[in-house]
Amino acid sequence: MAIKDYIRERFFPHMWCQGCGHGIVLNCLIRAIEKLGMSKNEIVLASGIGCSARIAGYVDFHTIHSLHGRALAFATGIKMSKPELCMIVPMGDGDALAIGGNHFIHAARRNIDMTAIVMNNRVYGMTGGQYSPLSGQGTLATTAPYSNIDQAFDTVELATAAGASFVARTTAYHVQQMTDMLRQAIMHEGFSVVEVLTQCPTYFGRKNKLGAAPQMLEFFKERTTPIGSKAKQNDPSLIERGIFVQKDMPEYCAEYEKIIEKATGRAAAKGN
Amino acid sequence: MSRNIKFIQGNEVCVEAALYAGLDFFAGYPITPSTEIAEHLAQRLPQIGGRFIQMEDEIASICAIIGASLTGHKVMTATSGPGFSLMQEALGYAVMTEIPCVIVNVQRGGPSTGLPTQVSQGDVMQARWGTHGDHAIVALTASTHQDVFDVTVDAFNIAETYRTPVILLFDEVVGHMRERVEIPEPGELELVQRLRTSVKGGVDYHPYLPREDGRLPMSDFGALHRYNVTGLYHDMWGFPTDNPKIVQGLLRHLIDKINNHVNQITRYKELYIEDADCVLISYGSAARSARHTVINRRARGEKLGLLELQSLWPFPEDLVREKCARAKHIVVVEMNMGQIARRVKMAVDTPDKVFLANRIDGSFISEPDIKQVLRIIRGKGV
Repeated sequence: MAIKDYIRERFFPHMWCQGCGHGIVLNCLIRAIEKLGMSKNEIVLASGIGCSARIAGYVDFHTIHSLHGRALAFATGIKMSKPELCMIVPMGDGDALAIGGNHFIHAARRNIDMTAIVMNNRVYGMTGGQYSPLSGQGTLATTAPYSNIDQAFDTVELATAAGASFVARTTAYHVQQMTDMLRQAIMHEGFSVVEVLTQCPTYFGRKNKLGAAPQMLEFFKERTTPIGSKAKQNDPSLIERGIFVQKDMPEYCAEYEKIIEKATGRAAAKGN
Repeated sequence: MSRNIKFIQGNEVCVEAALYAGLDFFAGYPITPSTEIAEHLAQRLPQIGGRFIQMEDEIASICAIIGASLTGHKVMTATSGPGFSLMQEALGYAVMTEIPCVIVNVQRGGPSTGLPTQVSQGDVMQARWGTHGDHAIVALTASTHQDVFDVTVDAFNIAETYRTPVILLFDEVVGHMRERVEIPEPGELELVQRLRTSVKGGVDYHPYLPREDGRLPMSDFGALHRYNVTGLYHDMWGFPTDNPKIVQGLLRHLIDKINNHVNQITRYKELYIEDADCVLISYGSAARSARHTVINRRARGEKLGLLELQSLWPFPEDLVREKCARAKHIVVVEMNMGQIARRVKMAVDTPDKVFLANRIDGSFISEPDIKQVLRIIRGKGV
């Protein structure tokens, strides 16, 4: 299927700002799905609220634009009631890790099969540039006019500690890597987290004097490095990219099927 | 034929009725005094191939059931005051997106943590207006276990018929009390199944275009038709819009589909209303004491009657006005500060004749509490 067959073309051009990284994530996601040869009917995309969440309108899958922070909770109900569906849950950094932080760690803990994409632009864009739990200390935002004193989460460490069985990070600059990572995350059976550092030139970039989109993408190129690279050893402040966790663990819906077997006595009937 | 008679808690009756109605997905979070509902469903649902999940909080619970309802399942969650507060935003989402679901609130004393193990009916107005924005809502209640069974089945039927969340406002007394209940045979009570679209795959399907009768045929999410669901105002395909005409049309539709069917949704019971010069209006467990009062006072020749409401929202305005038309006094018996009494005053022609017999201390309202109010009204002193 052609790439454009996966999108709802009538809604383009999209509503994101010029230079926004979210369109790049949309592009890579569609390419990953196209590479997997998946049918549009087997995919449910559940989003929350915010700039990232508007991705739901642009893809021709079963789409639910839910509540701020709650995309994973809706997705859990959808997935558990119809486990054969492929769930993709794109979220912003505030959506996933501030208001939705509780759902994020618990979905990871359950290891329910879905792909959570954290589109991390380090800012609340839809409301006009407030600091998020991923902005980091020393950044500026409309709600941190003197400098942000909040420490940031490390999405990868958080997801790993919470029990996600696939955890990866890349950036909007590294589109080949992002496409491949999303492809692997979708294929992975269990809770997958892909953090994508994306640029918000309109708010985060402007407030923090990081330049326009090209300069912000350049930053991703210069300040990130593959996991365990020599460059990282020389400069520990570099951000690592790659797949941090990829392991086989019991998947939640499959485990519940065993509960049904136990409860119905089907397991006993099989002669076990 | 042997009848299926049980002596169980009201919460268990709710479970039996939900399963009878076809419940096959439940998500919840433990909270007194509703927890038994989750416990029993954790046991029962997998036995019939259904699914139970204990979520991380009440917000996640209601979101999960909305998601599961979308894929074509009959769904429910159960909670009490604090959890019901947390559910309000998603309740509005279910209203806006017209996704059938049943939310049980076994009421306890509030506000805040309040009286976790004691009875109250303080969430009546929260059920009506707890979520933000104009909307219509359906809330049912019951005073006996047999009625808990019936209104629970009704809740699922109404949810499917009108594509709406339905709130079951039980209370601690009904939820925890043990009482005889007869479980109807399969087929004995009518069950409404979801109206699914007949539009074929590949043909343009309009998930939010009501039929002439106002009903919206659904397509199971993740099946034949791909469409969008959003809590934003949306067009007939489910895509966001702020077109004033569509916005107004959708809000009117959401309100009219419920309020124009108040007669079909209304459930009530009455006792000696015909010649009553004093009508007690009550609901939920409080109606048990109101009923005793009426029966005992009748035996002494006093002309008391009872109107027991089993549907609180949409409020059965015409019914209340009609049943109270001949009454010299109207006494609303409830365990709150007069949440339904105020609504009754708005409904009747003689609001100055409406009085409140209440109890707000966590104790169950009893016959002496009601008798005391009757004495004061009749000028007999305390």
